[in-house]
Order: sequence, then structure tokens, then C-alpha cells
Amino acid sequence: MTAPTQPLPLHDPRLAEHYLSLIGDGDERGASELAVALLDGGTPAQRIIVDLIGPSQARVGELWAANEWSVAREHSATAVNERVLAVLAARTTIRPSRGRITLACVDGEWHGLPARMLAELLRLDGWRVDFLGASVPGRHLITHLHQTGPDAVALSCMIPTRLPRAHAAITACRAAGVPVIAGGRGFGPGGRYAERLGADAWAAAGEEAVTRLADGWPPPYVSDVPFLDSDSFLGDEEYTHLVRSRPQLIATAMSRLPATYPVAHHYDHGQLEATAEDLGHIADFLAAALYVGEEQIFTDFVEWTEGVLAVRGVPEAALRAGLRLIRDQLIDFPAAIAMLDAALAR
Amino acid sequence: MTARTPAGAGEPLAPMVTDSPAPDLLRAAFEAATEAMLLCAAADHTVLLANAEARRLVPGLGIGHDLAAAPLPALTRAAAENADSFRYEHEGRCVYGMRRRLDDDHYAWFLRDHTEESERAAALEIERSRTAFLAEAGRRLSASLHVRRCTRTTVELAVAHLADAAVVVLPANRRQSAWVRLVPDRAAEEGMLRESRLTDVPGLVEALGGFPPIPSRWLDASHVPDWLFPAELGPIGALLVTPLPGNAEPAGALILARRGPDASFAPEDELLARVFAARAGAAISAAMLYREQVDTTAVLQADLLPPALPEPDGFELTGSYQAAREALRIGGDFYDVFGPAGDSTDTVIALGDVCGTGPEAAVLTGKVRQTLRALRLVHAGPEAMLRVLNEALLQSSRQHRFVTMVIGSINRIDHGRVRLELATGGHPAPLVLRNDGTVEEVPTSGTLIGVMRRTVVHPATVELAPGELCLLYSDGLTEARGGPAGTEQYGEHRLRQALADCRGMPGVVAVERIRQLVSDWVHGGNKDDIAMLAVRAPARAPLSLRGGGVPNTSPFLAAARGGDRRTRARS
Repeated sequence: MTAPTQPLPLHDPRLAEHYLSLIGDGDERGASELAVALLDGGTPAQRIIVDLIGPSQARVGELWAANEWSVAREHSATAVNERVLAVLAARTTIRPSRGRITLACVDGEWHGLPARMLAELLRLDGWRVDFLGASVPGRHLITHLHQTGPDAVALSCMIPTRLPRAHAAITACRAAGVPVIAGGRGFGPGGRYAERLGADAWAAAGEEAVTRLADGWPPPYVSDVPFLDSDSFLGDEEYTHLVRSRPQLIATAMSRLPATYPVAHHYDHGQLEATAEDLGHIADFLAAALYVGEEQIFTDFVEWTEGVLAVRGVPEAALRAGLRLIRDQLIDFPAAIAMLDAALAR
Repeated sequence: MTARTPAGAGEPLAPMVTDSPAPDLLRAAFEAATEAMLLCAAADHTVLLANAEARRLVPGLGIGHDLAAAPLPALTRAAAENADSFRYEHEGRCVYGMRRRLDDDHYAWFLRDHTEESERAAALEIERSRTAFLAEAGRRLSASLHVRRCTRTTVELAVAHLADAAVVVLPANRRQSAWVRLVPDRAAEEGMLRESRLTDVPGLVEALGGFPPIPSRWLDASHVPDWLFPAELGPIGALLVTPLPGNAEPAGALILARRGPDASFAPEDELLARVFAARAGAAISAAMLYREQVDTTAVLQADLLPPALPEPDGFELTGSYQAAREALRIGGDFYDVFGPAGDSTDTVIALGDVCGTGPEAAVLTGKVRQTLRALRLVHAGPEAMLRVLNEALLQSSRQHRFVTMVIGSINRIDHGRVRLELATGGHPAPLVLRNDGTVEEVPTSGTLIGVMRRTVVHPATVELAPGELCLLYSDGLTEARGGPAGTEQYGEHRLRQALADCRGMPGVVAVERIRQLVSDWVHGGNKDDIAMLAVRAPARAPLSLRGGGVPNTSPFLAAARGGDRRTRARS
């Protein structure tokens, strides 16, 4: 690292644009070469991950939401980012100097890249990292904890519908005596839901998590174990009823749909399946909002869905019809109805 | 208490109120009361009458004494301040006093000795905190099955409740003992210790040897070796070494230290440490047993889990295996890949499903994979492999267990194309994703393996153009139940649709996407194993998902490489 090199324009928007086009074309080699060149030019791997790969992945999500990129392209780009991370990992050897940490995405959570980036950042910071990957069933996670005895579990959740399962995982980890740091926007603005679900800490993004874990970890042991708390079950009977009646809710909504939204008469098989899936999402986000007791989970979802549907030419009326069809079936669900009304009143 | 006779004892009582002498009976009752009472004149605060209990409680206080000069400082203060109550604690004694007005000229002090009650309350408090400590210890120690975590918890609890510093030393393994230490203001430290050094610590070898604990007073704290505790801890005043009882042999030893010249471990402390050590020992030995089991399982598992896939030239191989929801990540589905061997240049892939799940199915899976590996070495083709495997299973299997599977032989041919010879034995036929987005089923069929003497196998050959993909999968994929109704199978139709949507994706992306779609379909609760293996002829680089090509050269790349960087990067 002696030869002077001109500073690399890591923050140059043209570099970001170029990298985005590489991953968008599935050009694994090109993207890897660019990252390796930056690394060889003296840019720390952390900066490449945080300032190049991270923002590019955020752009990928935006481009998909804006219907500019297909699902295939989104997935390919993500895969290239994963490969680039692997290439960076292979070129940076760090002697573990801190403790051991287990990283996992909540069961059902398939957005693995943010956790993967954190895994690399933690490794570069001297942690011994066990990255279990996307969608890790709770039992596998706990088995792993008993087998490896880590100093911390980092749990990633990007979508609030996985919060009930995140809660189960957090409770189980803490019952096994391992403190949990939660991460990902699934835990709400400012990680608001993370604390309610019993996490010891929360971090918005990778670098913040590294900082949080670098100092004062583990947090002091809290003697009131979570499974003895009355709070160890969030949600109430409304949540339970909603989850249990999900199939009937969707079936009934589907059968009533053409009457309230006549266009649906002409839906083909694929459109009907997609509609049933969307109704399922409404039920799932509603359930998550009830579980955590946060209306915002549901209203945020409705707002986001409107945007996604609008750019795909689906009229707003379709979503509203779906919300009404669910609402009209709910009797004795005051909290759920209030959430649906709030969403409809927007 | 003094042995001196209290003033006034046995003496006739002076008349307390001169103009109306109290009847003798009333006076006797006053004298016999168990509560200490002092009758005083309000005018000059002199004691007019003191009963036996009062004379016992406040020796030296007699009739006619001025309260301001009473031999109980708290009482004199109360009198001086004209207070209505006081509380006196001194040298373990505890006295409460309360004043009541009797009439305009008289008041009475009622005194109560709380010494015993206080002692009882203090003893109860100690007992309570011990119970709470042991309850917390039980809860925290039982939480983990990991030896390191258990030993850490042990020192944490010990430092919080029993001593200033604590060390756990585990029995020597290959002449090395693992230890964990916790001292104030430091994080827990760990390390290894040569077995020969154990003798440096008084009582440690005995504790690890399973001998009864040696009382602390017999252990000379001045003989503690320098390496046991950091210097900042200061001189150790008392040392206690307690065995951690385990499964028939000690699970380790707990060393507790208190600092300062006057420190000691009282017999109750030693008893408590022993009770705690019993719990910690049980937790650590259970964790040790678990570790042995895990180590054994891991060895077995390593052979049964899907293999790491080679990265052959000319085609992409991607596998995915998801065990049913069980802690043991092995089951009845499997895949394997056998690279070129000897003069066979093809790569052989196999994906199958043994009936059942869990360890039994996994063992049969292992046998099948081993048989295939051997058959591969004698250059058997897919069809021959299935036939021989059928024979072998019929002859060896004790129970009626059968296998369904697909075997394929992969060869690169010209222009980046890939040829697959495929044969199936009772397994769903593989699907091929063409470049135009159509999905075809490979026309191969055959009977189950391991059931009938005669097998019927119809092999088929497919060719993949660059960018095309062939997917082998187990029926756990199509039979996964979920969807809006929660009970509907994912089905082949949805699989074909999902595969069609994967057009242009690299194999690894396509497989991951299908896996995700099925997981979403079942809401994460897959009841059966799911295995997938994809073969893809790579698209010609640069692949473009948006149609147009992109320039390969980058000004940023060139700038970044600059000068000798290039050779460094390549070395």
C-alpha cells in the first residue's frame, strides 16, 4: 500500500451509475472487477460495501417499485451484489479479535442482502460471524445458538409481516441467554417495534450495528427473563382470530369482488391469483399491525402498495375495493376496523 | 445487658400521684405488663413510675429521674425535643419508643425491644436474597446448552453474589485446562492453562480430582499464584475452591476470591457456594454432553448434507435443499454431483427422494449416494445406474423403503450448448426453461426404485442453448400446501409459471426465486423436504437483461487500476 494512487471517486454519482448498470446487466465479472479495483486502489472494503453496494441495492428496490426493472432483473442484480460481497470477502482476511456473532434473517424474510452486508462489515470489524442466510426457521436458529454459543444474535427483518415470527425468535434467543440486536426497516421507524418485541438493541443499518456492537456489548443482563413477562405475547384475540380466519376472509372477499369491482369479472386465472395474493398481503399486514399494536404498519403498507400499483396501471379503486371487502367481513374487530378505516380515509 | 440490678427493682414504689394513690391491684398490673412503660410528670419530665420491663430495657433509670438524663440517648433527645416517638439502634439493639398523653399533667412512654425481630427480619432478608440468587442461577444456567456460555454465566453469577472475583477451571483435556475469569470492571476473560500449573492454586487439584471441598480457612490466600488474578484486584484475603459436580466426575472447579486483609468466607457463604456450584456443575456437564452429541451428529451430518457443488466449465450448477421443519437439517431428499472420472468426461447429477424423512431416511440416502458414486466409477449411464440401484436396494433393504430419482449425464457440446441425458425412476420429470420463455417437461419416465424386480426406464436427451435451464426438483416443491386457502398444493402449473418468469436469470437466482415463492406460498411452514438442482448453459457474456449490450470498458475501472496496481491485483 505504498504506491500513491489518485483518490478514487467513490462518491462520484457517475461511478454509482456505472456500477448500477453493471449489476443491472447481471455483469458479475464487471461489477467484481470494479470493486476489486477500488479495493486495490486503497478504498477500504467497508466503504465499498456501505457507499457503493448498499446504495446500489436501494436503487434496485426503487427501480423495481417504479416498474422500471423486472423482477428477473432485480433478482439478478441482487445476486451480483452478493457475488461482489463474496469477492471482497475473499480478498480481505481479518483475524477475529472480538467475539462470535450469529446473523440471520427472520423466518420468511428473503431479503438477505442487508444481513449479508452486515455480516461482512462485522467480519471486517473483527467479529467471528456465522451467517445463516435468508429465512432461517426459529428452531434452526436456536439449535445453532446452543451449538456455537455466540455473544450476540443479529436478526434482520425488512418486512413487518414477519414481526410475529421475529418476536418468537427474539424471545427464544433471550431465553437461551443470548442478547439480540435487531436490524432492518421491518422493525419500524427508529426501530420502534424492536424494543417492544424484546430486542436488546436496534440498528438502522450495517455501520450503526457495527458501532453498537463494538462498545458495551453484551448489554447488562436483565433478570426479568422475557418468557416470564406478561408481554411475551403481544397482540390479542383480534390478532389470533384474524390469522385463523385468513383463508375464509380471502375466499369470501374473492367471491364478492366482482360485485363491488366489476372489472374483476374479466380477470384471467393469473390476475385472480395475483388478487388473492394481494388480499393475503392486506390480511398479513393487518395482522402484523394488530400484533404490534401499531396502526402505522398498516397505513404505511397501504400507501406503499398504492404507489407500486399506480405505476403498474392498477387503479386505486382496486385496492380500496379489497380493503372494503376485508373490512366488511370483520365483526367484533374494533382495532382492525379502525386501522382499515384509517387507511380508507387517506 | 448489664448484670446490675435495675434501679427500683424490688423496692416499694413511691406514690406516683400524691393526692390519689393507685390501688395496689392496678399497680401490680402495671408492673406485670410485657411492654415497657414509663409514667412521667409533664411539668418537669421526671419519671414517676417505671415497670419491670422498662427497668430491664433501660437499666439505670429509676423513679424520680429526669428523662433528660435517662441512660438511653434517644429517649433523652426525644424528651428534649418534646417528640412523640423515637427509634434507637445501637450495637445490635433496637428499641422503639412512643409517647401518649394521659392527662394534662401526665404522659407515658411505651418502649418496645425490637432487637430480635430486627435480627429475624435481617436473617429472612438474607435467606430471601439467597433463594432469589439460587432461583436466578437455576434459570440462567438452564438457558444455554453451550459449555462456554454456561461457564461464563457461572462466573457472572458468582461475582454478582458470592465473591469479588471468580474463575471457573474445566478439567484438563490433552494436558490443557480451559478457564474463564471475571473480575470487577473487566469483561469476562478466557484462556487455556497447562495442566501442570493447576497445582499452583491451593485446593484446585483436589477440587478437580473429585475430593470434598476444602474449607476456605484451610486455604492460604497468600499462596495464590500471580497469574490467577490481575494485579489490579489487590491482595486476596480469602480463597474458596469448590468442585463443580458433574456426571460421576467433576465438571470443573469454581475459584472464588475476596479481596482485602480482613476478607473471609463464613460457613454459610461456603454452604451457599456449594449449593450454587452443584447447579452450575449440572448445567456445565449437561452442556458437555450436548457438545459430545453435537460433535457426533455433525460428523454423521456432514456426509448426509448436500455436497458443495463444483463449478464446471461450460455450465452452471445450482442446488438448493430445504429440510422439513426439524432441528436436524437432514431428511429424505438429496442431490449429488459426480465430476468427470477417469476417461468419462461427463458430469453426472442425481436428485432423489427417499420415502420418509428424518434420520432413517437420511441413512438410506447416504447408501444410495454411495452406490451411485461407485456406479459412476464403472462408467454406468443414467439408465444402468437406476437398474443396478434397484437391484441393490431390493437385496439390502430390510424394510420396504423405496426411492424416486432422476439421474442425468451432462456434456458440453459445441457453441456453448449443453447436452443432458436424463433418466427417471418414478420421479417428477425435470423441466426445461427455453430462451423464449416456454417451459417443457423432459419426456422421460420410469418406475420407482427399490420396489419391483423389473424396472422400466425411458431415458431422454435434451439440449440447452446458452441461457436455457433444466430444473430437477423433488415433489416437496409441487406438493407444498399453502396459498390463500392454506391447504392448496403449489402444483406443477404454478411451478411452470414461476420458472417461465425466471427467463434470463442465472441459475442461482432462478433457484432462489422459486424457493422464495414456495416459502411464501406455504407461509414458511414447509412440512416436507424440498430439493432442487438446476443445470444452465450460461448466456454469452455480457448478458443483458434489458436487451442492449453495455460497454465493457469503464473509465472508473481504468482509473482505479492505474499503473502497477494492475499486476498487484492479478497476482
